[in-house]
Amino acid sequence: MVKTREIVFPGDIVQAEGTKPRNGTYRNSDGTYSSCYFGTVQVSEQFLDVVPFSGIYMPRRGDKVIGKIIDVGPSMWVIDINSAYNTLLHINDTPWRVNPGDLKRFLGVGDYVYAKIMSVNEIRESWVTLKDVGLRKMEGGHITSIAAPKIPRIIGKGGSMVNMIKDATSTRIVVGQNGLIWIDGAPENVMVAISAIRMVEEEAHTTGLTDRMQKYLEEKKGEIVGNSE
Amino acid sequence: MPRDEAGILSEIKRDFILRRLKEGKRGDGRKPDEYREISITPNYVPRSPGSAMVCLGKTKVVAGIKVEAGEPFPDTPNQGVLTTNVELLPMAFPTFEAGPPNDTSIEIARVVDRGIRESKMIDIESLVIEPAKKVWIVFVDIDVIDFDGNLIDACTLGVLAALKSTIVPGSKEGGKDFPLPIRNTPVAVTMVKIGDTLVADPDLEEEQLSSARITVSTTEDGHIRAMQKGDVGEFSMEEIRKAINMSSNLGKAIREKYFK
Repeated sequence: MVKTREIVFPGDIVQAEGTKPRNGTYRNSDGTYSSCYFGTVQVSEQFLDVVPFSGIYMPRRGDKVIGKIIDVGPSMWVIDINSAYNTLLHINDTPWRVNPGDLKRFLGVGDYVYAKIMSVNEIRESWVTLKDVGLRKMEGGHITSIAAPKIPRIIGKGGSMVNMIKDATSTRIVVGQNGLIWIDGAPENVMVAISAIRMVEEEAHTTGLTDRMQKYLEEKKGEIVGNSE
Repeated sequence: MPRDEAGILSEIKRDFILRRLKEGKRGDGRKPDEYREISITPNYVPRSPGSAMVCLGKTKVVAGIKVEAGEPFPDTPNQGVLTTNVELLPMAFPTFEAGPPNDTSIEIARVVDRGIRESKMIDIESLVIEPAKKVWIVFVDIDVIDFDGNLIDACTLGVLAALKSTIVPGSKEGGKDFPLPIRNTPVAVTMVKIGDTLVADPDLEEEQLSSARITVSTTEDGHIRAMQKGDVGEFSMEEIRKAINMSSNLGKAIREKYFK
């Protein structure tokens, strides 16, 4: 039996009463389940997951990610999503009327987009779309990155952690599932928000992080300058 | 430097860094003449005669020294030999490839080498076993483990720490083991020009943004021992003077903190 936040190694047997092993586990031939990663166990009401301490992002359908344009083709953009695989954005999946060959007017090399992963195939080629609420090209602000497995901690339960950081630092924050985070606001506030995010990343495996974060942001209040712009 | 997917500086980061520089601050909150956190671990590789690991922010290098007896160069029969080599390991950065040294690694090795050689840091005249026949050859090898900008300074710090911990295996040649004779500490300080601002210890993003780079090595007596200018941009006389000033101040601070 394992408990939440217990540290496991790859191959360690993981099971807990009344839960089904889910992410980060594999089934052994005798029907038991083992961990795939070096990480911590998270037991929820129904499921048991293993969250790795580190690792890169693997594209999953439906994830909203932040990506950097690294190449422009005749009818699509190649996007780096902080993963082992690049992803593609076709002109038909954008909200603009783009003529083939005229892509640079809309997105150039070095621009960031907030996009949704539309499909992933067997060889992990993926396609993203900009046709959904909130998806767009990023303008202004700053980008920081953390290890993708720690993204759920940055967001917190129902977005509590990220909302707390947003309110305390009066910044706008967009979190991509792939570990990239976009922050907009006065530069001083952005720096405070980044330091808060770094703290979450370092202490992602501990309990009571929200309370400590509240205290930390309270201490940093002096560095925050008025509203952005 | 690197020009591919990991090497493409995003527009957002470029704007942010430039906006911060206008206020006299840098993208990561440092002052223009502030170094990232430095950590130096001497004797990092216990089996080598001298070694050190240096972390400069996220940049990580390991320097190793090997001292062997060998033949001197015919034109310098009364001197030991010093050779420096820098290896950019493929695991350090997506654009680094295995294979023979490229322009970047040769430049880094030569700038590091020049700082040490021209400051006469090692007393190579005393590394002679038998004139014109046998001298000590000091091999300096630097492996870049992780790359986040400013390799020249990180490599120089690594070599300084490694050389200071080096023991020459004299017993192999019928003598006694002795520490490598060291005279001074030449600290290299690299600065880049972004817009009109000069910033020391550039990280990867600042290196990509910069138009010109200058490295100044100084020793404790305040002498300039080596200088190297890189990239295509230009410096005015005023900026060169500022760079030299910055370098001697920073060099002094580093020497006092890490090489006392």
